[in-house]
Amino acid sequence: MESLTLSDVEQKYYSELFLSCDVDNTKKVASNGKVLDLFRAAQLSNEVVLQITELCGATRLGHFGRSQFYIALKLIALAQSGMPLRVETLNSVRDLPLPRFVMGKNEQEPRHAVMFADAENQGHYFPRPPLRVQAKKVSAHEMIQPCVPTADPQPDTTSPVVSPHQSPPTSPHAWRKHKRQASGGNVDRQPSVPGVVWPSFREAQPGPVTGDGMWSAHSPPPVQETWVSFTDTPPSSTLPMHPPSAQPESTTVRTGMSAMITNEIQRQTSGYDDPWKITDEQRQYYINQFKTIQPDLTGLIPGSAAKEFFTKSKLPILELSHIWELSDFDKDGALTLDEFCAAFHLVVARKNGYDLPEKLPESLMPKLIDLDDSAGVPEPATEVSFSASPVEVTPNKSPSMPSLNQNWPELNQNNEDTAIVHPVPIRMTPSKIHMQEMELKRTGSDHTHPTSPLMANPPELSDETKLAASIKFPGTSVGDGYSSSDSFTSDQEPISSAVNRQRSHSGTSPEGLKVVAPPPPPPRPHASHSRSSSLDMNRNFAAVPAAGSQQPGVVAFPPAVPPRPLPTQTSVPHGHRSVEGDGLPAHTSTSPHQMPEQPNFADFSQFQAFAVDQPEDDEENPSDSGQAERCPEAAGTMRTTKNDVQAEERNATTVNSAKVSTPLAPPPKPVRRRLKSEDELRPDVEDLPQKSNVIATVLATQPSIPRSIGKDKKAIQASIRRNKETNTVLARLNSELQQQLKDLLEERISLEVQLEQLRPFSHL
Amino acid sequence: MAVCIAVIAKENYPLYIRSVPTQGELKFHYTVHTSLDVVEEKISGVGKALADQRELYLGLLYPTEDYKVYGYVTNSKVKFVIVVDSSNASLRDNEIRSMFRKLHNSFTDVMCNPFYNPGDPIQSKAFDSIVSAMMVQAC
Repeated sequence: MESLTLSDVEQKYYSELFLSCDVDNTKKVASNGKVLDLFRAAQLSNEVVLQITELCGATRLGHFGRSQFYIALKLIALAQSGMPLRVETLNSVRDLPLPRFVMGKNEQEPRHAVMFADAENQGHYFPRPPLRVQAKKVSAHEMIQPCVPTADPQPDTTSPVVSPHQSPPTSPHAWRKHKRQASGGNVDRQPSVPGVVWPSFREAQPGPVTGDGMWSAHSPPPVQETWVSFTDTPPSSTLPMHPPSAQPESTTVRTGMSAMITNEIQRQTSGYDDPWKITDEQRQYYINQFKTIQPDLTGLIPGSAAKEFFTKSKLPILELSHIWELSDFDKDGALTLDEFCAAFHLVVARKNGYDLPEKLPESLMPKLIDLDDSAGVPEPATEVSFSASPVEVTPNKSPSMPSLNQNWPELNQNNEDTAIVHPVPIRMTPSKIHMQEMELKRTGSDHTHPTSPLMANPPELSDETKLAASIKFPGTSVGDGYSSSDSFTSDQEPISSAVNRQRSHSGTSPEGLKVVAPPPPPPRPHASHSRSSSLDMNRNFAAVPAAGSQQPGVVAFPPAVPPRPLPTQTSVPHGHRSVEGDGLPAHTSTSPHQMPEQPNFADFSQFQAFAVDQPEDDEENPSDSGQAERCPEAAGTMRTTKNDVQAEERNATTVNSAKVSTPLAPPPKPVRRRLKSEDELRPDVEDLPQKSNVIATVLATQPSIPRSIGKDKKAIQASIRRNKETNTVLARLNSELQQQLKDLLEERISLEVQLEQLRPFSHL
Repeated sequence: MAVCIAVIAKENYPLYIRSVPTQGELKFHYTVHTSLDVVEEKISGVGKALADQRELYLGLLYPTEDYKVYGYVTNSKVKFVIVVDSSNASLRDNEIRSMFRKLHNSFTDVMCNPFYNPGDPIQSKAFDSIVSAMMVQAC
């Protein structure tokens, strides 16, 4: 095979085409398929195509190797330009236009064509000395090598020379470069690639890298394609070194580079990598060169030695200086292996016409070796892109953490809000409430439950109680209604204070089932103004579906110690309480628990039922101890309210007027509910039955209900209505009381905070 | 921000000088040149063998109606001169020191480059960028 000399442009173009055809990356293109299609796309007659195929030797080989392919392309160009197809003409024709393929199989083709046109327009950027042809030949030879190893021997002979054609740098890929053509060109061509050098090149398999043509010096962020072509075209290996004088030393350097380049060509598969990426072959070559200077691969090359070495490249000192600045990452005046490779790479690129980048490309950053020593130190001066990665990692993590934390409190709020939403509709029917409670219990998740109010409550009370409450819930329908109210109050507590909230978090999960009553109004952080809370409560109550005519009265309670309900009333209900059993006491006990052991507690003790609760309270107390301060007030008020409620409740039962009793009735229920929250299990269980008892008592105590058969229905219906009314009223009251409780807890918390603030001073 | 930054070699010829082009650069060149006398004065005045940071930093050489001139000398008697506009919200001393420190670091990097021959004009792009960053932005 004759060696083929190609201009840089052609080289690039051809390599691209070859790549496009070489889909399997075998460096050999089957004689059929794409190649033929490509050839046909050249709009040549079939016979011409066949002739070309034959000429290039593909028929001999049975496939299109790279060299054959290139020859074929050249012949196509010849044919397209109307010249006779002769092998001899291949190299003799100068300025042969690039073969044009209509089909544009190769995407790049049209571009090439365009570029080519542009190149022509721009003229020859780099005049190509004829001798380059020789170099090219060498490169062509190189190209051929992979396919036809035997062809090696030609190198020098080929020279017939041809000079290649268009010099210019419009490498097909380099459309970018193309633009910069005008700018670039620092690199002069080395006028002669000494034939003498060739043999040495051969050994190394290199051809002098011709860089000049290839890229007319632009430092375009070399597109991978360009890079590919860079490596790809060995011809470029005739890198004419900048300094016009050809020196053997420099050629050796170039030889090395060209060797690499040729290697690159052989390997070139990826053309679409980072243009500054150092291929393995290149790197290996660099490493070998490094060894010649510094045998120890982990050692450093002193600046002077590096200076000598790179001076051989005949690049201007200024550029070498710039390259040094870029590559000496740690600014220590010496080059590590990585730095050396980067520098070498930059030199090679520069020789091939790439403009030096302003900053060291990432792929050249010395990350590979000894990051600790050298590259590890990010030198901001020149390299900019360095060290972006390590820094980025950590910040990413941090945001996630807080976000997680944030989610938590948000949940509570969400829960509360949702809780607020839910209860309203729920309250209407005990069954519904019950169902919801059931659901809540089942879901039992933490805050996410709408019944968070309940959950909020229990946590404050105690974790134990929560469980109890949850267990108890599944119980009674009636209880559910009450429970909802309890949950309501519990909601208020947590909502009102962060502490409460926290407690609720802890406790809520199992408990949260009480669907309850009107979700307490969105937590108000005010440090507690009882009045404000009462206002909130008003709002809450407004939300409450119950016809809370009595709400104002209830509202009045929380702020100050609510007026004790009539002792008689309390006593009466108390009696009922006792009848009712543990449930109520449990509730009441829970409330005192919340506010641990307050004197108010004593109030409840008046009631036998409450007294019964004490043991429960004791149990709960430890858990609630923390709340002591806050609780007292709240507890007091709540308790009184509870008492009132209970009294009312009892009164209601005695009085037989549901409405009248309703205001009273509900409070006891909330109280119970509170107990539940504390002792989820017990209170709930107890409450439910108790509530049912209450209802039963209510029913029983309503003398107005005629037992006569005839009137049973009416009586029952009436009693049912009354009970329902009572329920609603009680529920409402419950919610109100809970709200008040929450407010009081808020106040308590604020007081505790103040106390703590004062405490250190006291210690001083 | 400086309006003019100059690096003077040991032999008192400029290795690098760059000014904000608003005013005639010649004026700045003249100012720097005259400031060398003050620098010499300060250097000779300091008889200590050890040169600590403080001594490297010469401080305000002399103020004029329009600007202030600060000086800094390295151990190798390479001098840095910064001319700062007086109207500029007067930069604090610390800022001037930090500017000199950065200059010194960049200069060291330039020196480390084996391809740089001491005594040559400084043509390092990195150095240029550092200096540009310190110059008055609004030109």
